Amino acid sequence: MTTPRALLIVESEWRYYKRTWRGTVITTWLRPILFLLAMGVGLGTLIDRTADQALGGAGYLAFLAPGLMAASAMQTAITDSSWPVRTGIKWRKHFWAQISTPVTPDDILNGLMIWVFIRLVFVSVAFAVVIWAFGAAPLARGLTAVPAAVLCGMAFASPMAFLACWFKEDSTMIALFRFSLIPLFLFSGAFFPIDRLPDYLEPLALVSPVWHGVDLCRSITLGTPLTLSLWVEVGYLSGATIVGWWAAIRQLRKTLHL
Amino acid sequence: MVESLVVGRGLSKKFGDFTAVDNVDFDIYPGEAFGFLGPNGAGKSSTMRMIGAVSPTTSGHLRVLGMDPRTEGIKIRGRLGVVPQEDNLDRELSVYENLLTYGRYFHMRKTEIDLRIDELLEFVQLSERRDDRVDLLSGGMKRRLIIARGLINQPELVILDEPTTGLDPQARHVVWDRLYQLKREGVTLIITTHYMDEAEQLCDRLVVMDRGRIVAEGSPRELLERYSTRDVLEMRFDAGQRLQAMPIIEEVAERTEELPDKVMIYTHNADEVAAYLARRDIHPVSTLIRRSTLEDVFLRLTGRQLIE
Repeated sequence: MTTPRALLIVESEWRYYKRTWRGTVITTWLRPILFLLAMGVGLGTLIDRTADQALGGAGYLAFLAPGLMAASAMQTAITDSSWPVRTGIKWRKHFWAQISTPVTPDDILNGLMIWVFIRLVFVSVAFAVVIWAFGAAPLARGLTAVPAAVLCGMAFASPMAFLACWFKEDSTMIALFRFSLIPLFLFSGAFFPIDRLPDYLEPLALVSPVWHGVDLCRSITLGTPLTLSLWVEVGYLSGATIVGWWAAIRQLRKTLHL
Repeated sequence: MVESLVVGRGLSKKFGDFTAVDNVDFDIYPGEAFGFLGPNGAGKSSTMRMIGAVSPTTSGHLRVLGMDPRTEGIKIRGRLGVVPQEDNLDRELSVYENLLTYGRYFHMRKTEIDLRIDELLEFVQLSERRDDRVDLLSGGMKRRLIIARGLINQPELVILDEPTTGLDPQARHVVWDRLYQLKREGVTLIITTHYMDEAEQLCDRLVVMDRGRIVAEGSPRELLERYSTRDVLEMRFDAGQRLQAMPIIEEVAERTEELPDKVMIYTHNADEVAAYLARRDIHPVSTLIRRSTLEDVFLRLTGRQLIE
């Protein structure tokens, strides 16, 4: 049996990663450690004196950690599916080399999404280990939350891949990062429950996939009930993943098979 | 009758309102080097991309290796070699890794690719650079590496888009030499170029393209005979002189072309014309006598120069 062509793309991403992996160590390990240290431990000691009820009875560190796990998956997904697509088309241009072989635009996109998936699993498992080391959740619970964090990441990865193909200019993507990523991250529900947001902002947080990921991860590690039903949250994240995937494939076909 | 490897009939490519390729016909036969010659924007690259099964045709009939690019693109690409105009090597990977990665896309086994890489690096004279990062290669070496990459799957048909654009003369000759060698081995080459000397050196047959259309077709020699004269005199004049000289030049020239900086005089006997003009007191600032080239054919056919 021949290897599916999408896996040949994964293989080449891996070969490339072996040369460039060093930079990702910081984002994979150091980011969760720094965040948990500063926000969870540092800020947490202040919060825990006053805010026990709003956080559902858990300490702030235990509240924050699963939320950050989901939000961090989102960040990894966005970085790993935006610039690689952009440079594949425009700077490194390796997509153009790939399509002159039996590889198709569909294979490229599928391969890339599989690669992002693998990266998300790795990053989320690392996160679960860090959470456990901080004593914010048992390892088993942290690992159980990995699929939720990965799904949350995928819900951003494929729409982001679409946008990265679709934007004409790099500056559009930089602007998107600048104006939407930080709000998405801050108002994801990772740092505080979104019912603390002003009423007019709350629906926005609900629309963003990341909140659903945060809610899922938190309910798994803390054992608290979900805000919405499991099917709604999983369905929403899967839906975003599938729609994004479909749009990205269509757009990449248009871009490459011009 | 030899079966053609590539057949185009009434082939067109439109991007919105813009017609890049306008109703062209061509046949490319096994073992030949076939050229698409024309200035930038003539539609050469668009035609190449259609043949390479990465760009859907807008209308017309196209067969590559007997297959339809619309439905059998994957199979076609598996048997083609493509040498793109743009350098899309992976700079951060080594020479070897670039070739290995590319070879894998053809479902070749690593052991099989390794053997092929040794052969190919020998062929393009890069064996010593096998483990160097592509970053460290010169322009000419990168171009040779791209050629090697395009040959990894032992294609019977290789498409080269502007194979020597941007290279210095010495590097160009090395590339030409390698392409000759390929041709001798029976590989069919399709080459686009806006360099006349390249077309004359490499192509058995070529079509001249201009604004999406094919304006002439034949071997370099046929085209020269049909559309030009044996000799050309290029004369430069001072501003006022040219007006006076033109009527006298017209008397003896087969044909003339007036360019902003010079007058091209087409004749079958340059020495005679030069002598005659001297007798008639025509003294240009400079005179260059040369053999006619495809550049002159292009000028004749389109009224424009290839490289502006």
